Amino acid sequence: MNKITATATTILVLWVLVSMAAMFMPIEPNKIDLARVFAPPSLEEVMGHDELGRSVLARVVSGTKISFGIGFTVVGLAGFLGTAIGLYSGWKGGVVDLILVRVIDIFLAFPGILLAVALAGILGPGIGNVVIALAAVGWVGFARLARVQTLSLKQRDHVIISGALGTPPLIILLRHIVPLLMQPLIVEITFGIAGVIVAEAGLSFLGLGIQPPTASWGSMIKEGTRYMLVAPHLVIMPGLALMSVVIALNLLGDYIRDNLYGGDRIVS
Amino acid sequence: MVTGENIATRITAALVAVLGVSSIVFALIHLVPGDPVEVMLGEYASTADRAELRTALGLDQPLIKQWLLFHKGAIQFDFGNSLYTGKPVFGLVCRHFAMTVQLALVSLVVALVIGLPLGMVAALYRGSAWDSIATAVGVLGMSIPNFVLGPVLIIVFAVKLDWFPSSGADSAAAIVLPAATLGISLAAILTRMVRAALSVVLHDVYIVAARARGLTECAIIFNHAFRNAALPVFTVIGLQLGGLLGGAVITEIVFGWPGIGHLAVESIYRRDYPVLQACVLIISLSYVAINTLTDIACSRIDPRINFD
Repeated sequence: MNKITATATTILVLWVLVSMAAMFMPIEPNKIDLARVFAPPSLEEVMGHDELGRSVLARVVSGTKISFGIGFTVVGLAGFLGTAIGLYSGWKGGVVDLILVRVIDIFLAFPGILLAVALAGILGPGIGNVVIALAAVGWVGFARLARVQTLSLKQRDHVIISGALGTPPLIILLRHIVPLLMQPLIVEITFGIAGVIVAEAGLSFLGLGIQPPTASWGSMIKEGTRYMLVAPHLVIMPGLALMSVVIALNLLGDYIRDNLYGGDRIVS
Repeated sequence: MVTGENIATRITAALVAVLGVSSIVFALIHLVPGDPVEVMLGEYASTADRAELRTALGLDQPLIKQWLLFHKGAIQFDFGNSLYTGKPVFGLVCRHFAMTVQLALVSLVVALVIGLPLGMVAALYRGSAWDSIATAVGVLGMSIPNFVLGPVLIIVFAVKLDWFPSSGADSAAAIVLPAATLGISLAAILTRMVRAALSVVLHDVYIVAARARGLTECAIIFNHAFRNAALPVFTVIGLQLGGLLGGAVITEIVFGWPGIGHLAVESIYRRDYPVLQACVLIISLSYVAINTLTDIACSRIDPRINFD
């Protein structure tokens, strides 16, 4: 593992620890202190205070619960459903596969975050609806990946032999296909978590996700843009937090991908 | 080889996707929690108003009939009237869409100006400082969300330096910051892609052969290497141009750019669901169209490609 990847992993582990600790820490992300409205970052309060004098640090730390909570939940949900659908489609083949491929194509026909924006907008704000909207968009990537892998893996000798020996299909899938699928899946999960964290922040930024006063990085940035002229740290601090997590996840994903698929692939 | 059959298959697949997309867009209004008419008009609307809107949206019809009516309307570019302005939805959507296309094209130019040379230099001088810069741009550009980069650009270039307006679309200079925001993330993808594609090609035998024939480096790169690396790059540009149309939602909100993404989000705030449906449909359809055209164009350029 090179230096950059090691740094990225460290940053990531620290953030995850912070998010877990945030559940037990006696932080007060909503404590108002009107004497310190818009106070810039200082030695005693490294991220400064916001428009209500709330500690930006406390809110950024509290926001990790939302970011990682939603990131892991959505990727867990979408990853499980998508992989199951992809496995089924690739294994069954025939008409089932034909139909599911079309369905996957349909979901891929919505560019980027658009469908999530529309869904979250229609369903209304709130954590549950954000998870639904992002999972409804996120399963497709996993399904496509699992399907393509299954199509090729089911031609492998060990799978064919196992079938010939009378192993039930479910056991073949779980014992002989899923383990071989894990490596590309881990890459997809890494990029997926980064994507979901950005998407959640994006929805919250648009006012369609987490609602105030709950601290989420996206809604903090949204609120912060209103006071950009007097207190740029309200945008910059949660922005930096978000970026460090996403960069670290992307670097880690790049590293895992490049070191899984053999050395002579030049893509980096 | 490109055959008519290949293209027909590709277009059929696109049409199926279009039908699926329009059905999902149709379904959106039924996902509204509770009664969509009540949500749109508010709790205190009169019974007559509600009945009128219900009829206008066809919500009093059986589901199959509603689906047919929606598609009949969509084919004739008739999406009804906006609940907010009372004007036909289609004209409104078209005006905003034109603004988004304008923004997307300028962003693409920004991305090409940064991404192409940087990717090329990085591939030619692998391991050099340029290569490190290209890698950094690639990772940073992909990882900075638009709603962070946008406000930062506003703070620096609109507030501190006062070079460009921070929002709106009143002057030609107003397009610079939103286009830069979108263009930088696209440049990141492009840089990575150009670097990767050119790196692969530069090790091919015909490059060695060209060098053995004594061609200048310049001729080798532009006549032999770049032409062969152009295809994956072209594909990425096609896909990303489509992605820009939908991905511009957040950037348009940040900069108050009156594009179709802006209209979509505004219509969510106003609970003006017919407008939202039309926006999502138009963006997705153009995305499918651009992707299909890119695929077909690629197989025209490079006969080695075959759809299977």
